[in-house]
Amino acid sequence: MTVSKTETLPIRSGDDVVRVRQRVRALAVEIGLGLVDQTKIVTAASELARNTLDYGRGGDVRAEVVLAGARKGLRLSFEDQGPGIADIEQAMTDHYTSGGGLGLGLGGAKRLSNEFHIASTPGAGTRVTIARWK
Amino acid sequence: MSMDGAGVLERTLTEDEAAILDAWNVALREGTSLRSGRIREAELQTQAKTVFGQLRDALASGGLDADSESFAPLRETLADISRSRAIQGFTPTDTANFVFSLKEPIFAALARTSDTDASAQVAGVWAAGKVLDRLGLQTMEVFLASREEVIGRQGQEIAELSTPVVRLWDGILALPLIGTLDSARTGIVMENLLQAIVDEEAEIAIIDITGVPTVDTLVAQHLLKTVAAARLMGADCIVSGIRPQIAQTMVHLGVELNVVSKATLADAFGVALRRTGRKVVRQQAATEERR
Amino acid sequence: MDRIPILKLGGVLIVTIQVDMHDRLAMALEEDLTAMIARTGARGVLIEISALEIVDSFIGRMLVSIAAVSRVLDAETVVAGMRPAVAITLVELGLELIGIRTALNVERGMALMQARLAEEDRHGSDRDGLED
Repeated sequence: MTVSKTETLPIRSGDDVVRVRQRVRALAVEIGLGLVDQTKIVTAASELARNTLDYGRGGDVRAEVVLAGARKGLRLSFEDQGPGIADIEQAMTDHYTSGGGLGLGLGGAKRLSNEFHIASTPGAGTRVTIARWK
Repeated sequence: MSMDGAGVLERTLTEDEAAILDAWNVALREGTSLRSGRIREAELQTQAKTVFGQLRDALASGGLDADSESFAPLRETLADISRSRAIQGFTPTDTANFVFSLKEPIFAALARTSDTDASAQVAGVWAAGKVLDRLGLQTMEVFLASREEVIGRQGQEIAELSTPVVRLWDGILALPLIGTLDSARTGIVMENLLQAIVDEEAEIAIIDITGVPTVDTLVAQHLLKTVAAARLMGADCIVSGIRPQIAQTMVHLGVELNVVSKATLADAFGVALRRTGRKVVRQQAATEERR
Repeated sequence: MDRIPILKLGGVLIVTIQVDMHDRLAMALEEDLTAMIARTGARGVLIEISALEIVDSFIGRMLVSIAAVSRVLDAETVVAGMRPAVAITLVELGLELIGIRTALNVERGMALMQARLAEEDRHGSDRDGLED
């Protein structure tokens, strides 16, 4: 698997979340994803970006265009140095929320993506990586 | 005398290039590739020459590990050849034989160039076997992966063709599902249905599952997702065609389809007409008028 | 900061969401709608979202919240014009728009609204039962 393009965007404000959505949309179009798949990954990115902002106290996202043979994919890695998640399994269950949200962010992002990885250390931060393939 | 198999092999390929290439081309020509007419001899010879050169370069710099970096250009060329063979409809054997048929010419060359040094010959033969076997296998893997991709794409096309959306009346659509409903197919079904709802400004969508063999919890989930998506677009759904066996299976599995369901498409159509404020009225027979 | 304009058509308030919403804008919209329902006695809120390419849980939360508050003030909420790709994604996301009716477009949304309100009024007068 090779990475053919990398972009890192900051997530420190509501406006940054908007910018992340726009860039992810542009990259999704670039690798040729259909409209529904574009919408799915942009929505997942929006969820995770908001999480990074609201729970992670800000962070950034690394967007990579990846190639595996003839297949193209878009991989997004959201990282923060926030409080981290103590119980990942609990955090992934739908409608569980420690804030005022709907509690669908992590589970939803997973359902909307082809790949989903999460790593978190309480007190050190969280990294969530998703990918969608063409 | 050097026991370095890669070195012996590389030297042999360099010194005896013409003879080996000729022998290889003869073997390829006699294989079925050309006879099937799917590839021209000139193209085959070009491919052989390119692969030969890249093999020699790889041996010169990278030893015998066909998975290593130095073999990358060769791997890519073979992968391209493999992929195009897959799409052109060659057999797996033909494709693998592109690589394997290089063995004999090399063994013959090794016998010629190292006839005074048995250990060198053995080292060369062993090296050729090791490398070409691995390359042959890689070729097969790419071939199979490409074939699977073709099959997958065809499957998608079949799915798209087999989920037509039918306009029964103004604002009433029917979606007759035939075959199993898996997640890939559900995606296509939803896209087609929703687009039809927009195009026809439909108020009601009848999803007929007469042609769906079984409805287990997964299929029910897919159905419910489709219904939910249609509802978000402002269209109500009716499910029709639930056969008695399916109804029983669903109850036993504890599957709940909380959407209005009717036994037949006709029943569902009747409901849909009523819901959209219409009535079907029988015309007066002409004879009654005259009386 | 711009606030989203709210139109009044008969007893229905109509809002078109076109921009990428952020927190302050969403809160402002909720406040404005609530105030206007109270002030005008509007019985319906029609939110038009055909321009939205994305509806994530943030927007979802806003819509559900507006519907809940409107319900308390005796107003019905209808969301109209959702794009197919958005509908498919929402279902996958698992987001349920509780307390919200949906319609294909504004025209259908208004018709739905009138029908729902007429139905409610009918049931209301049945329950009173004092006129007879």
